[in-house]
Amino acid sequence: MKYVVNVHNIGMKYQSLNGEINALEKINFSVRDGEFVSIVGPSGCGKSTLLSIISGLLPPTSGTILLNGEKVTGTSNKIGYMLQKDHLFDWRTIFQNVMLGLEIRKAVTPEAKERAFQLLKTYGLYDFRNKYPNQLSGGMRQRAALIRTLVTDPQILLLDEAFSALDYQTRLAVNEDIYSIIKKEKKTAILVTHDIAESISMADRVIVLSKRPGTVKNIYEISLSCDNRTPLCSREAPEFRAYFQNIWKELDVHV
Amino acid sequence: MSNLKQANISPEHRNYLRQVKREKILIRLTQLFILIAAFSLWEIFASLKIVDPFITSQPSRILSTISNLYEQGVLFKHIGITCLETIVGFILGTTTGTLIAIILWWSEFLSKVSEPYLVILNSLPKIALGPVFIVWIGAGPAAIIVMTLAISLIITILEVLSGFIAVDQEKIKLVQTFGGTKFQVLTKVLLPASFPTIINALKINVGLSWVGVIVGEFLVSRAGLGYLIVYGGQVFKLDLVMTSVIILGIAAALMYQGVVYLERLLVKNKI
Repeated sequence: MKYVVNVHNIGMKYQSLNGEINALEKINFSVRDGEFVSIVGPSGCGKSTLLSIISGLLPPTSGTILLNGEKVTGTSNKIGYMLQKDHLFDWRTIFQNVMLGLEIRKAVTPEAKERAFQLLKTYGLYDFRNKYPNQLSGGMRQRAALIRTLVTDPQILLLDEAFSALDYQTRLAVNEDIYSIIKKEKKTAILVTHDIAESISMADRVIVLSKRPGTVKNIYEISLSCDNRTPLCSREAPEFRAYFQNIWKELDVHV
Repeated sequence: MSNLKQANISPEHRNYLRQVKREKILIRLTQLFILIAAFSLWEIFASLKIVDPFITSQPSRILSTISNLYEQGVLFKHIGITCLETIVGFILGTTTGTLIAIILWWSEFLSKVSEPYLVILNSLPKIALGPVFIVWIGAGPAAIIVMTLAISLIITILEVLSGFIAVDQEKIKLVQTFGGTKFQVLTKVLLPASFPTIINALKINVGLSWVGVIVGEFLVSRAGLGYLIVYGGQVFKLDLVMTSVIILGIAAALMYQGVVYLERLLVKNKI
């Protein structure tokens, strides 16, 4: 089995005048090619920090990240990052927003533009390419944000609470939408979320992190009996509840 | 999406639209009425010697002062000099201020070092520096422009810098996830995102530039509207003072409208 991401002994300490915050400790796991992995954990356990470290934005205090066997030292073209909100720029049209990553990487070529048009067409935003973000619905905006990432042709997608800014119904629909796009484009994905149901419904494996300092508490292989797996169908699978219960107990939530 | 353009508007909607329009017209008419009434009363009171036109001047005298100035061929010279000084000061203040704000955003160290100086310079009444500028630069248009700059520069820096700081950190992170450099963060996010702040700074600067120019002209000049006001005051020619003030008001309003128009032009396609 080929691993595209190896997370090896990652530790992270934040320094501040009030002392030191031990955010992550000895995190180890690997992600296979084409796999969808979710990371769940209580808030403040360093999930998003972990994602920033994997992306190369944030150097870890200890440990290494291997990307296709190579050590990560900075941001890479192989990684596409999706943030909590779509962060489409109000002053750019949808097409211009989609081209942002390519512009930054100075990779705007006629072929790249063609690819952007193709993606916009495939995912139903072509007619909106000259509109501004505030003319689109929340779901469409999220899709545009995904296309902005996909057009740079990343091998691995990092989704940082990518759906948590949406209302519940939109969120279910966007889950469905993004999941099918990721599977269709055959991307490897790592999703960070605090929503247990979302993590099970989308992932092949769920990694449960403990409270701060975050460590890997458990890893669940998700196998659900549904013919054509989609997030909604996963939620209806008979095994879903058991996974939910286990992870819920694991997270040990106290109010 | 909107049904405003549909031909079959409901009678309620038509009524509503008519009412909005009527209210708008009423407001304009009242505004016009106040203007005309004020000037008419001023004219009548002055003509009937209820108030002393030597002290209050009067609209007809202002008109004849304008035509006198025009016949002497100096009207547009004075207006032109003042407007030129204001525009130069305004442009210099805004561009230098924005540039310095960019430098301070770029280097957190410089920003922290300069903070107390900016605070002190911001609270200092810049007019107090007038005599210093005159001695250093000499009595002339250069000193006036420096005065204008002194008044508008610091506030521009602070405004633009706070605009930069208010930009969503996540938007900056987005650019960084694509491997963007600091310069790209500046050009792709900060400047476009703080565009409304910069326009606001422009609006404030229009007013401040006029203050700077008039104060500068009070202190040093031999031409311009500020000079006419001071000169008129000294020789007790209130007609000249009032005329200059009114021309000044019109010019300043026009320039402000210019900025508003510029804003609309640049923001128009974003709605």
